[in-house]
Amino acid sequence: MNAIQIPSADATPATTKVSSGQTTNGATAKAGDAKPASGTTAPPAQTDSSERNMLEAIRETLFAEMARDERVILFGQDIAANGGVFRATEGLMDRFGEDRVVDMPLAEAAIAGSAVGLAAAGLVPVPEMQFLGFSYQAMHQIVGQIARYRYRSNGNITMPITIRAPFGGGVRTPELHSDSLESQFANCPGLKIAAPGSAADAKGLLTAAIRDPDPVLFLEPLRGYRMVRDEVPNGEHLVELGRARTSRTGDDVVIIAWSYMVELANRAADQLADEGLSVGVLDLRTIVPLDVDAIAEAVSAAGRAVVVQEAPETCGFASEVITTATESCFYDLEAPIARVSGYDVPYPVGLLEDHYVPDVERIMAAVRRTLEVSA
Amino acid sequence: MKSTIPSEPSVAPVESPPTPYAPEIHEALPDQHQDLTDIMRHMIAARVYSTRLFNLQRQGRAGTMAPVDGSEAVAAGAAAGLDPSRDWIFPQYRELVALGAFGDSLIDSVALYNLGHPAGGAIPEDVHVFPTQISLATQIPHAVGMAWGMKLKGEQACTLVFFGDGSSSEGDFYEAANLAGVRKAPVIFVLVNNGWAISTPTYKQTAAESFAHKAMAFGMPGVQVDGGDPLAMRSAVSKARQRALSGVGPTLIEAVTFRLAPHTTADDPTRYVPPEDLEEALVNDPIRRFATHLESLGVWNDELHTLAEQAADKRFDLAWERAEATPVVPESFFDHVYETPTARMVRQRREMQADLAAREEY
Repeated sequence: MNAIQIPSADATPATTKVSSGQTTNGATAKAGDAKPASGTTAPPAQTDSSERNMLEAIRETLFAEMARDERVILFGQDIAANGGVFRATEGLMDRFGEDRVVDMPLAEAAIAGSAVGLAAAGLVPVPEMQFLGFSYQAMHQIVGQIARYRYRSNGNITMPITIRAPFGGGVRTPELHSDSLESQFANCPGLKIAAPGSAADAKGLLTAAIRDPDPVLFLEPLRGYRMVRDEVPNGEHLVELGRARTSRTGDDVVIIAWSYMVELANRAADQLADEGLSVGVLDLRTIVPLDVDAIAEAVSAAGRAVVVQEAPETCGFASEVITTATESCFYDLEAPIARVSGYDVPYPVGLLEDHYVPDVERIMAAVRRTLEVSA
Repeated sequence: MKSTIPSEPSVAPVESPPTPYAPEIHEALPDQHQDLTDIMRHMIAARVYSTRLFNLQRQGRAGTMAPVDGSEAVAAGAAAGLDPSRDWIFPQYRELVALGAFGDSLIDSVALYNLGHPAGGAIPEDVHVFPTQISLATQIPHAVGMAWGMKLKGEQACTLVFFGDGSSSEGDFYEAANLAGVRKAPVIFVLVNNGWAISTPTYKQTAAESFAHKAMAFGMPGVQVDGGDPLAMRSAVSKARQRALSGVGPTLIEAVTFRLAPHTTADDPTRYVPPEDLEEALVNDPIRRFATHLESLGVWNDELHTLAEQAADKRFDLAWERAEATPVVPESFFDHVYETPTARMVRQRREMQADLAAREEY
């Protein structure tokens, strides 16, 4: 077993939960205790798993991938000495040193842009955007450069970069800390986008992303860091990018979601089960590549579907999912596919955000509406 | 201990215990003690407002906020060097509580903002201050643009923009400062070097000898000022303003201070700020320093200090009461996206109202 056991800073409940989702938990990861991987890349038999939250899953994956491949380098704002504003990189600097876990000057364009050069130099860059909303300041480097180098160089220069970025709302952040920008990046060929909805997938997809030869935007939901908690395989765990997951089976309606919306979709399905409805949940896991077959299969089987996203309605990724489903299973549909989304407004201030972010009630209402249509 | 103050500052950092300020600045000032006590009151109000907002956040009643502690003299001193009826200030997010000189009503907006109310984005019309800017350094080109516009219109006015040592690493700073130099825009760049960009110390932020040195590349003067001294700030800003209005161009002022509190309510600086650095900085707390100075001039005492704190507390009570009494209309986030909402937004608003009504029924 080459599992790397990482003592968790979150082994005890956070003592003070504050609005950004950050804690002032005094516990510190004893990174020095981490045992380096034996070097083998063969997947070990997954004999055991244990319950962890998404933040712990992400942190242990970073430990494991850095131990496994010395080319992996982490850099971003406040990730080293401070362990990241959410503590996702806690203990990594102590374990791997300041040359591999780097506090950067405050410049997102330089963080993203230098990843291009680091990759070209043969490293495996894992930069962090402190919040996805801050990537507006790096847009020309991410969209105009990182995503295009393979194409521009006719396959000569590749970008094995994983950009980690917390995103999404519900935790009373200041402006531009909560925006769900995934569809803006999805409209940018050359970039893969992972948006795990479970802790196990966070580990499996982040492992795959770091090892992927192409750039991956890895989206981590602020609300999910501690609230999403499930069984995570203890050993090496890879989830192929581009494969959706049936999070819950159900015959009447399928809810399609990604990231934290999967959690809400499951809660809605739970409550609807009490009303005698059988509602399935399909977790896309990555929106690029998109698992078109899984969408077609799930929507065809149920005949009714609801797509949930946190972003504003217009041009959100739900539009892409619905079009994709309609193209392949129009004749199996028993009702128009519904979507639940944020509204067409900038992400609102604290007192209003709970009215903006999709919640269980809105998802349940959409499911019921979908069922009201008779074929 | 690593020093965050470059080797040859133009204004010497104060020794501990506090000493009177650089006398050459202060003796040159006209004898306007009302001005001085006003600055003192704005600094005290800043600390009081900030502390109240910090505590409200801790109680779960207000949003994430960035305390002003350590930057009171920078902001209040700079504001005192401007003309509030003509000039404009572009803050980042830490300075607004200290800008009382630009309008007493500013705190009403700040209270609403920290409550998380949409009305908090609206600064009273007679107050020449832009709203809180969360996105770092983005306000710098905005300030240059307004200054350029003022110049085009022939106005005798300037803009002043606050940003941090961290923000000075952003492209927006370099691009805006370059433009300001080229256009000779009447803008004053106030780079608040408080030693820390969240957990990142200045030596990881720049390899320049000082932040003020960066001005050289933009063809403008760069000066380093003791940011714990509001009169040094006022003097530097006044000079920069004269320069701006005379058409010569912009100035970069590096205000050297120390962040005496966490970056924000979501931060735990004990993880990274060396305690001895903080202790040393606390000895030079700008409020205490300035109070000591005013006492030496015979225009301040403990009683006045307490009265100023009480007045600020009362003013904050009023602002917070007003803020909490301001109705919250859930669907109001559809307002002000456009002058006229799109048809789709109108439909979404209707759906949301129906949804809210259905929940109430439920």
